[in-house]
Amino acid sequence: MTPPMTVLAPLGMLGYGIPARSMERGLARDPAVLALDAGSTDPGPYYLGAGVPFVNRRAAKRDLTMILDAARDRRIPVLIGSAGGGGGRPHLEWTLDLYRELCRERGYRFRTAVIDAEVDRGWLRAQVAGGRVRPLDHDRALTAADVDQATRIVAQMGVEPFLAALDAGAEVIIAGRACDAAVIAAFPIRAGHDPGLALHMGKILECGGAAAYPRHGSDCLLGVIEEDAFTVEPPNPDKVCTVASVAAHSLYERANPYELHLPHGHIDLKGTRFEAAGDRAVRVAGTRFVPAATPTLKLEGVARVGFRTLAIAGVREPQLIANLDAYLDNVRTRVADTYPNGYRLMFHVYGRDGVMGPLEPVRGSRPHEIGLIIEVIADDAETSAAVLALARSVALHVTYPGRQAIAGNLAFPFSPSDLRAGEAYEFTIHHLVAVEDPGALFRVEMLAG
Amino acid sequence: MRTIGEIATFVTSKNAGPFLLTLDIVFPDEATFRRFVAGRPLDRDTVARLYGLSPDDVVDIIEFEPAFAVKITLRRPWSSGAIGETDVYGAQQHVPLARHAIEWPEIAR
Repeated sequence: MTPPMTVLAPLGMLGYGIPARSMERGLARDPAVLALDAGSTDPGPYYLGAGVPFVNRRAAKRDLTMILDAARDRRIPVLIGSAGGGGGRPHLEWTLDLYRELCRERGYRFRTAVIDAEVDRGWLRAQVAGGRVRPLDHDRALTAADVDQATRIVAQMGVEPFLAALDAGAEVIIAGRACDAAVIAAFPIRAGHDPGLALHMGKILECGGAAAYPRHGSDCLLGVIEEDAFTVEPPNPDKVCTVASVAAHSLYERANPYELHLPHGHIDLKGTRFEAAGDRAVRVAGTRFVPAATPTLKLEGVARVGFRTLAIAGVREPQLIANLDAYLDNVRTRVADTYPNGYRLMFHVYGRDGVMGPLEPVRGSRPHEIGLIIEVIADDAETSAAVLALARSVALHVTYPGRQAIAGNLAFPFSPSDLRAGEAYEFTIHHLVAVEDPGALFRVEMLAG
Repeated sequence: MRTIGEIATFVTSKNAGPFLLTLDIVFPDEATFRRFVAGRPLDRDTVARLYGLSPDDVVDIIEFEPAFAVKITLRRPWSSGAIGETDVYGAQQHVPLARHAIEWPEIAR
């Protein structure tokens, strides 16, 4: 019989802020391991492409200090997945730079493993050629050209590389792109706990306090896994886990709440039972792990689509709002007189369909003011800036039917009005690749001293 | 007629990966959930119409009893953050569903 194991997820995203009191109370429950997710594709393709994090370094340093202090004082391991957000090599480097700085400043001496999640292009081209890659959530087959044009490609690791790093004696594991549930499940699975329960607990803990009510702010969550069930509970005394809060979390950011897929299989929630365990905790049982006949890795890749420049303005003139489409067409035509092609000029019209675009069902409303973002994407930054500068000046002065307020059409809140937003990226790879060994792709490296 | 937003505890939207948008309708209790599901007020055509999409873009409509919830997953018109994006996280796409009115006769108590 495997003894119960307590896992503390200090928060749902490294850098979002660990509440000190929750951490203290969570640690008082004597967790065997600290495990957390540090990444997501939610903030969009830019961060994976540009190789930068979406959290603030100072905030991440504060969180990591609290985690590593606890690890040192209590001699418990730390597992961090999807380091630096995107989980690619520059994201790992960013996290390692922060980690080394902390080790110097605070005198930590941990045995440290780093796990690379970037995918070798040559290997992936061979998988494409061998017919082992299929699209995930869309219909576009992966091509060798997609592989070549991608700025960066990562694969989501499951538990296997974490197990290898733990076997190698790692006390701190800093991993690239990883399935969030696997980061938290790895330590209990290594101890002999049921993978279905461990992974389900991992999926609930990976968002930190998000599975507790009231659901505001970043927070910790505790999980205790036993032979045939696990219990989740918020260390924050002002929050509670209820059957509703925990069950609803199974819906979050997933297309199918009954299944969660990992490289070596999936967990099945069809027989899962959620029940209250006292006033503040929820006990979960019945989740099953179903091994995959063929393991698959999820690939994520982005390609650069150009450089973005934008200007933000407002419109209050009713005559202009009433003739907005004619006005915007006019801007587009005038810009095309000078720059016939080689860019994309777009208008985001807040107050009309700025939030929903073509999905917006409300048409023909007449707001008293609108917000306008003029956006240009072009292959190089200077073209993007030049087209945007012309579009902005034309938009300020061009005429429209019934125009009387001739001094200027737009209210700019900022000087300068034109903002260079840098490189623009797009997700071009979101595919599954069939593999024999789900751990083989991910290189585990032990850091020297 | 009542709107789904009036009947449910909450209606939300969020990306489920960069290529899908998932809408969750969570009901306050089992009775409300069962009553909603029994009326079958949402099918692919209805959801597609609410968002101006093709029924093929409505990937799934799933009842999830443990949370007294109905989950609807749509194919995004483009991947998250692609050129022309309006909502990278997909977190503000729930209103047409929440404002959708369905038959909901008052039950005599």
